[in-house]
Amino acid sequence: MWLITKLGWYRENRLSSLSRGGSFCVLSGTSGASVGQGTCPLVPEKDLERVICLKSEILRIREEALRELSELDRPEALQELKVKVLGKKGSLTAMLRQMGSLSPEERPIMGQVVNEVRSQLEQAWEKRSAELERIALEQRLATERIDITLPGIRVPRGHYHPLTQVIEEIEDIFLGMGFQIAEGPEIESDYYNFEALNLPKEHPAREMQDSFYITEEILLRTQTSPVQIRTMEKLHPQLPVKIIAPGKVYRNDDDATHSPMFHQVEGLVVDRGIRMSDLKGILLNFSREMFGESREIRLRPSFFPFTEPSAEVDVSCMLCGGSGCRLCKGTGWIEILGSGMVHPKVLEMGGYNPQEVTGFAFGMGVERIAMLKFGIEDMRLLFDNDLRFLQQF
Amino acid sequence: MKVSLEWLNQLVDIDQSAEELAETLTRGGIEVEDVENLNKGFEKVVIGEIISLTKHPDADRLLVCVVNVGQEEITIVTGAQNLLNGDRIPVALVGATLPNDLSIRKSKLRGVVSQGMLCSREELLLDDTVGLDRSADGILILPSTAPIGENFGHYLGREDSVLDLELYPNRPDCLAMVNVAREVASLTRKKPHLPKWAEPDQVLSLPIASDLRIVIEDNDLCWRYAGLVVEDVHIEPSPEWMQRRLKAAGVRPINNIVDITNYVMLEMGQPLHAFDRDKIEGDVHVRPAYPGEQLVTLDGVERTLHKDALLIADDRQALGLAGVMGGLNSEVTKDTRRLMIEAAHFAPVSIRRTSRRLGLRSEASNRFEKGINAYGIAASLGRVCDLLQDLKAGRPVSFVDEIKNLPTRRQVILSTEHTSTVLGIELGVSEIQQVIEDLNFEYKESDGLFQVEIPTYRSDLEIEEDLMEEVARLIGYDRIPTTLPQGDQTQGRRTPEQEFRRRLRKTFTQSGMDEVMTYTFTRAESDAQWGSAKHSIPLLNPLREELGVMRTTLIPGLLDVAARNVARRNMDVSIFEIGNTYWGDEHPLQKLPREELRAAGVAVGKSERHWLEQPVSYDFYYLKGILEGLALEFGLKLEYRVAESQSLLHPGRSADIYVQNQYVGFLGEIHPSLGKEWGLDRAVVFELELAPLFARIRQTVRAHSIPRFPAIQRDMALVVAVETSAEAVMAKMKKLGGDLLQQVEIFDVYTGNPIPAGYKSLAFSLRYQSLERTLTDEEVNLLNSRILEGIQQEFGAERRK
Ligand SMILES: [Zn+2]
Repeated sequence: MWLITKLGWYRENRLSSLSRGGSFCVLSGTSGASVGQGTCPLVPEKDLERVICLKSEILRIREEALRELSELDRPEALQELKVKVLGKKGSLTAMLRQMGSLSPEERPIMGQVVNEVRSQLEQAWEKRSAELERIALEQRLATERIDITLPGIRVPRGHYHPLTQVIEEIEDIFLGMGFQIAEGPEIESDYYNFEALNLPKEHPAREMQDSFYITEEILLRTQTSPVQIRTMEKLHPQLPVKIIAPGKVYRNDDDATHSPMFHQVEGLVVDRGIRMSDLKGILLNFSREMFGESREIRLRPSFFPFTEPSAEVDVSCMLCGGSGCRLCKGTGWIEILGSGMVHPKVLEMGGYNPQEVTGFAFGMGVERIAMLKFGIEDMRLLFDNDLRFLQQF
Repeated sequence: MKVSLEWLNQLVDIDQSAEELAETLTRGGIEVEDVENLNKGFEKVVIGEIISLTKHPDADRLLVCVVNVGQEEITIVTGAQNLLNGDRIPVALVGATLPNDLSIRKSKLRGVVSQGMLCSREELLLDDTVGLDRSADGILILPSTAPIGENFGHYLGREDSVLDLELYPNRPDCLAMVNVAREVASLTRKKPHLPKWAEPDQVLSLPIASDLRIVIEDNDLCWRYAGLVVEDVHIEPSPEWMQRRLKAAGVRPINNIVDITNYVMLEMGQPLHAFDRDKIEGDVHVRPAYPGEQLVTLDGVERTLHKDALLIADDRQALGLAGVMGGLNSEVTKDTRRLMIEAAHFAPVSIRRTSRRLGLRSEASNRFEKGINAYGIAASLGRVCDLLQDLKAGRPVSFVDEIKNLPTRRQVILSTEHTSTVLGIELGVSEIQQVIEDLNFEYKESDGLFQVEIPTYRSDLEIEEDLMEEVARLIGYDRIPTTLPQGDQTQGRRTPEQEFRRRLRKTFTQSGMDEVMTYTFTRAESDAQWGSAKHSIPLLNPLREELGVMRTTLIPGLLDVAARNVARRNMDVSIFEIGNTYWGDEHPLQKLPREELRAAGVAVGKSERHWLEQPVSYDFYYLKGILEGLALEFGLKLEYRVAESQSLLHPGRSADIYVQNQYVGFLGEIHPSLGKEWGLDRAVVFELELAPLFARIRQTVRAHSIPRFPAIQRDMALVVAVETSAEAVMAKMKKLGGDLLQQVEIFDVYTGNPIPAGYKSLAFSLRYQSLERTLTDEEVNLLNSRILEGIQQEFGAERRK
């Protein structure tokens, strides 16, 4: 029935409107009408009849395709349908082949109709395809939900010993100030450990350090200071000497604040015109980098056999900032290192002429700094190596 | 050195509180370790008088006392039974915290308000020097002269504070009150008021004793010996003021003579000893002990003396250990009528040895060890004469003074300009002059050069720099500005070896191993087991026996750490250490030993459980993987060979490690029997010498271009005998494959069904690639089957289907 109606309409429009974009929607408007699966009965006698028949077949194919398209739910089916209709052996392509029977005038018109439908279908496909993709994506996003609170894959990560961390930090600060890192043996001769440092045998200051002896002349170094002498011997007459010397040292002591083995970092600067104010400047820089920008330092007179004048160096408390607390025992200051101007005898022992050069030296306990920095109360924890302790750092 | 502020105040005017003075001294270089307030605990304890005593209305055993405490009368409930009306007693007022830490609060006892507490001797932690006999049973009863309302501590003479000085070894002079007073005077710019005997060169105007001769037999061990002869000796307790000062200094009062010697020691710094003059027969000898010589010392102990102990003896026998302790045979007793009071110099070394050897250390030996001023010896006896007369304890009649040796007097030149340069402070001549005057030193000045007379009591001042420190500390270290060195700029950089150690440490931690640090001294047996007993170096005086030798290997220390952690239920351990081992080449050591840097690791257990992954067990392949990562990092080629004659490791699971045919260490599971010893199940260990590795690390990288032609991959699964090493198979494959075989990797190892027992399946992935052209499937197939044939022939391998 609808064919007749269409025919009437076709006559009036000579099919031309089909070539105008936008009119397709009029046709679409009728697509709601249902037609069976049957093919159009071709009526070969008259061109017009044939055209009408072909045309209706094309429209049927279109309607069919659009319906199937709307019912599709798998992207793969989309492709199958495309092949079925637009492929080489597709139903629409078959229509083109039948056009051979049309008159030369009708042919282009029909061709245009087919192409028109083809591009309509392709657009519809694209739209449906995008829609399906969107639906699929929505579905995927809706189902792919993980518990983001579960832990991630573990990349193994070991821990540096806290003392290593502190030593490297100290090294980096002094490297940044142009110091080199010097080293010396842990098993030392009495000469380097004491005598060359202005501590002759039976000097009362030797008592400050209970030493581990191997023979009468060989011992475990009680301080990193022998590296001062070794470095000067190696470098003289070169200037400036500017080194730090980190390393293990040993004293016969064992309690919450002493360990028989511990670490020191020694520092030595020798050059023409080195002043005690330079010592203060370098140590202020160090303290601020190590303990914070707002730290201040103060020097107190002290005694070391290998420096003169000597100074104990306090840094303003990193916990209370100087107002007084438990850490600084209410004083606002924390003692962090010993220092002084290199004793002329020590410069001489190192091969330098004390009339020409001066120098300063300092030494700090790494354990003490680590304890301050990390809030460790008992030094023995550092050598107990309990993993629950070490894995905090 | 304990310094009574009351005593010090007599020697120099002090206008600071004890705490302020402590700060002044500390900032001036005399560290005050502690300020002790002797009145502590007595701040709110006053003397009261009992006005009335009535029974408590509701408690038979309690008394209600009304007590006059000066300003007011208060009611106190007590259970004490030794009280009478009119008794004077110490009363702790509300708010007091007593020396035994008891806090006193207002309370109600059975309905009656009690406003304090009456105190017993125990509660006040007092000895029996105050109070009446009746006090034994309870509340301390004071003499009826005790002033009502006065602070009880003040009544006992406790208003004093004591500064505890922590002296550096260069300032033994501050072991004398007069020198502490000088120090305070210099730092606070006051003039001290010292007894005239504080000047070391004072002359003692007494006749020379005709009947007493001093024989110094060793001029090095004794420079000077003086003896003061005292007659009409009258032994009694010393006066209260002297006892109080001695107690404040931590010295127990004994009798007037002993107390005078101790008092002068504390005041002047010169230790003294009193002998009973009538017990000395003939001359006084200062000499080393004879072999096997014996002496009963004042503490009643008979001692056999070492031959280098210095003695004071008469013609017959030893009378005392010089500077350490007197002998019982010449002790001053209540029957003593004549004295010889000794003031001497003894060599610090000798005194130190003797006091150490005998375990006898005293205020006197401490001063001799640190060094006394030999110039002040006679002057200190002058001070003794004054006190003997003041206390009517005896009559000095004569003295002897034998001088063998005195240190040279020193003059030190101090340059204003040099001082300014070294300290980095612009100092004027007048500023330096002021400091020297504040120090009370004699000097001459011209053109900013000071020629300073060093007083004999300041033995620490030897060179110009010593005086610079005096200048700096008197003007204050705070005057030193902050500057930076002006010389050539230098570049700070780690040496390649330092950088290598740092990267090595990083490689281990990034592989998941925790760094530990162990003592470098260890048990001799464990070190011998894993290291070399022949080379290990024993300590003469180890802290403990189990820390007796310097390690030649890091392994026992690491196994100890692992075992300790496992015992504490830290079951999964993967740790490493980089540190020295110490190798002695002879015994005893003649020269410094070799210090050889090593890296070692121990792993036991497995990685933590994880919801996504299987835990990694810490076994041979775990550590091997870490070492392979290390080799990659440093461009090293480590070779693993089956360990030879290794008794410490599992024979089937251990390897020796070589680099370019040099042995550098080992890797393996520890032998099951050793694991049992250590309490570690299947621990794996490695140890590497670092020097040979460092010598061979890749210095530079030369980049290869990325291949332009595609690679072709072939897998090959083979069944071989279990003992066939995968490495050997791969090596053969590479040899057969030539240049076109770019890479061989093993991706599966399998034993068990259907592989027959005694065999294993190895699956390899072979990558073929040419740098010049695209390979065809055919030529790769041909090459691949040639390799397969070769392997089949060499290893009797079967292709797994
Ligand atoms: Zn603080």
